[in-house]
Amino acid sequence: MESYETFEYDVLVIGSGGAGLRAVIAAREAGCTVGVVCKSLLGKAHTVMAEGGVAAALGNMTNPDGTKEGDSWKVHFVDTMKGGAFLNNWRTVEIFTKEAPERVLELEQYGAVFDRTPEGLIAERPFGGHKYRRLNHVGDRTGLEIIRTLQDRAVGVGMTVHMETTCTKLLTESGRVTGAFGYYRDTGNYVVFKAKSVILATGGWGRMYKFTSNSWEGTGDGLMMAYEAGAELLDLEMIQFHPTGMIWPPGMRGILVTEGVRGEGGILRNKNGERFMFNPKYMPDLYKGQFAETEEEAARWLDDKQNNRRPPELLPRDVVARAIYREVEAGNGCEHGGVQLDVTHRGAEYIKRKLPSMYEQFHAMGGVDITKEPMEVYPTVHYTMGGLAVDPETCETSIPGLFAAGEVAAGLHGANRLGGNSLSDIIVFGKRAGEYAAAFASKSGFGDVNEAQIAEEQDYLTEPITAADGESPYVIHQELQETMQKNAMIAKTEQTLLTALEKIQELQKRAKTIKVAGDRYFNPGWHAARDVRFMLRTSEIIVRCALERKESRGAQWRLDFPDREDATWGKVNLIACKDGDRVKIVQRPLPEMPAELKALFQEGK
Amino acid sequence: MEKVTLRVFRGDKTGGEMVTYEVPKVPGMVVLDAIHQIQREQDTTLACRWNCKAAKCGSCSAEIDGKPRLMCKTSVDEFAGAPITVGPMRAFPLVRDLVTDVSWNFKMAAKIPPLQVVPEMAGKPFVLQQEDVDRVQEYRKCIECFLCQDVCHVIREHNRKDAFFGPRQMVRIAGLEMHPADNINRREQLKGEAGVGMCNITKCCTEVCPEHIHITDNAIIPLKERVADDFYDPVAGLLRSIGILPRDRKAPFSSVPNDTTKIASQGSGKKSG
Repeated sequence: MESYETFEYDVLVIGSGGAGLRAVIAAREAGCTVGVVCKSLLGKAHTVMAEGGVAAALGNMTNPDGTKEGDSWKVHFVDTMKGGAFLNNWRTVEIFTKEAPERVLELEQYGAVFDRTPEGLIAERPFGGHKYRRLNHVGDRTGLEIIRTLQDRAVGVGMTVHMETTCTKLLTESGRVTGAFGYYRDTGNYVVFKAKSVILATGGWGRMYKFTSNSWEGTGDGLMMAYEAGAELLDLEMIQFHPTGMIWPPGMRGILVTEGVRGEGGILRNKNGERFMFNPKYMPDLYKGQFAETEEEAARWLDDKQNNRRPPELLPRDVVARAIYREVEAGNGCEHGGVQLDVTHRGAEYIKRKLPSMYEQFHAMGGVDITKEPMEVYPTVHYTMGGLAVDPETCETSIPGLFAAGEVAAGLHGANRLGGNSLSDIIVFGKRAGEYAAAFASKSGFGDVNEAQIAEEQDYLTEPITAADGESPYVIHQELQETMQKNAMIAKTEQTLLTALEKIQELQKRAKTIKVAGDRYFNPGWHAARDVRFMLRTSEIIVRCALERKESRGAQWRLDFPDREDATWGKVNLIACKDGDRVKIVQRPLPEMPAELKALFQEGK
Repeated sequence: MEKVTLRVFRGDKTGGEMVTYEVPKVPGMVVLDAIHQIQREQDTTLACRWNCKAAKCGSCSAEIDGKPRLMCKTSVDEFAGAPITVGPMRAFPLVRDLVTDVSWNFKMAAKIPPLQVVPEMAGKPFVLQQEDVDRVQEYRKCIECFLCQDVCHVIREHNRKDAFFGPRQMVRIAGLEMHPADNINRREQLKGEAGVGMCNITKCCTEVCPEHIHITDNAIIPLKERVADDFYDPVAGLLRSIGILPRDRKAPFSSVPNDTTKIASQGSGKKSG
């Protein structure tokens, strides 16, 4: 076995986005030594790409008559459950909506500088599926503000940062996690982190699709490490297609256009100029009567939110993404196969102030001036609602000592995430994961490191370099992306999913013999060899779960099972776990919501 | 099909050369797309950094035709068919190809304590007007691409990383120094180890900032003025000492524990076997 370096920490945090950094702060404040592993440089995680805002019911916004909008955690709870098509864990949502305001105000104490209301409070903007203005924001770069704030605070409380280091295997002993194994991206040397408890904050996975807002990091490595170690995964079929990704130019396809554009009054039109979201066929029963029914009312809403209902562009993301898909399928798509998103009526000055990075993104990279002309948009793979099954209170996974927070964890968002809930997810559950991982560490010693696990993973990693012959990981990745894009995208059938599964299995066989050129010294081809294997397994589980769930709910849209089956599928989560070389999928009943929370759904009516 | 020609630096600290590649041109292509095409189709060992591909993360910094820029924000159309030269940032030690060791920036950042809220604002929601925060928000647009550090003469030509934290950290400190709630006297650090006096205001950093932050005019010059007021204005010093001008109420820099974060370097762990 090749030699490796070892570092020891009470708590090891894998992933340095918002959830990871908030966990660092909490574990450090609880007195633990903390090591954090970043696959990229510190502060470059997906959190920077979150734009529109962080959802928390601060209730700062004022009506035209001077009264406050009636926001509270209860309304946020109802909105989040409805948005998630009731597949969410009610307790997770309850904790989340109650704690989010406090966590946002804490960010301000840490140094975040939010936009202000005329009264001097944090400004909140409207967003899809949220009844009241609730997205606390900094223009359209809220994620950058939050990650930088947490980064600075985490640096201030003291941690050890391992940048550009990839973990590929969780080490376990006697049923608990004892650390993680990985490699330095630059030298390719191997490293072991021994820890009393481990927090996975590794984010989501979108790179198995061709058009995604995800960076190279979204390969499902964190999820798969936990899966390989025996952890339970929940509802992996639930992948969010963000309604508005860039579609043109091709070099920019898939890049996110913030929902903040619609929050600030952006209008969707098809090639005939029709504002299709007003078409009653796109209005789900659950939301009937709660949205503007004329363009005039939607226009008045911009200045008077008290006496007018929201425009239907602000329906939840799954609804809007499906409508765009159906418009384009019906032949109403625009020049490049998308639809128009137009915010020009808000005026250049307002747009540049409220949506500066969208202005810059389209201007510098798309050749479009969004203050003068509409954008063209199409759904893009954006976020994973499914992930590791965790305890709502402690964020512990089914493996003792292994915690998870943020996008890699599941339960909060159900079948569809509301915009803005991801940024509050990471701070609420990042903190909890840090605290409970610290508590676990304080009552546990270091476990043993299993040398056999290290040796096995080393062999697996090194093989593509030493192999005489084999396939390029890039070719396998590209073929995977083609099949997932075509067969496991927004609208699925049993037939398309079986086609995808067959292709994935073929690719898994081919991926057994990968060959890459060069050595291990900062070699992207070598990194890709491990990544593609993580992606193949993740894709297989996504497709198997999508096959299993024979209904349409939230992001899961089955053309062959178009209805929502509340009496059956609405009552179960799908749990996937490792069973030898096979993936075992079982149904698990959702916990029953207590009566006092059920009553909240009557109040709003 | 139309082609784009790139001359890309290939090599490591032992040496290297410019290698020419041709890639098929796609509408809307940026330099990063071309680099990815090479990586995917021509040479899988070509090393580069990137993340968001939307100019939000600041990872893909490079020198394009000699100018520090983000690869994801540089359209190949700008070069009108001429070969495009892509090299690594030169102010930092080379790792491989387009990747440099930028850890120094993070080590300096770790010396800057985060916001410490003045007692009267601690623990409750801030009440601040938009005008109060406009200035600070400009500094906080920074995406930490380190292009300003790369182009800074003090760092690049004179390699005085020992004496100056660089424009990026000046922007960071400005965001704290001018934050309405901050309680630390940061001028002590600015004059001392952060070395604001080293900057000779050539404004090269401002020119390369992809976020269009007015680094020199809005961050560095005001910080220099504050340091000058504190340390080099004899009249103000006298007036402060006899109580006519108020003394700074902020906590002295030395009172703040900092520098507890380590950017781990390889080889610092325990070796197996």
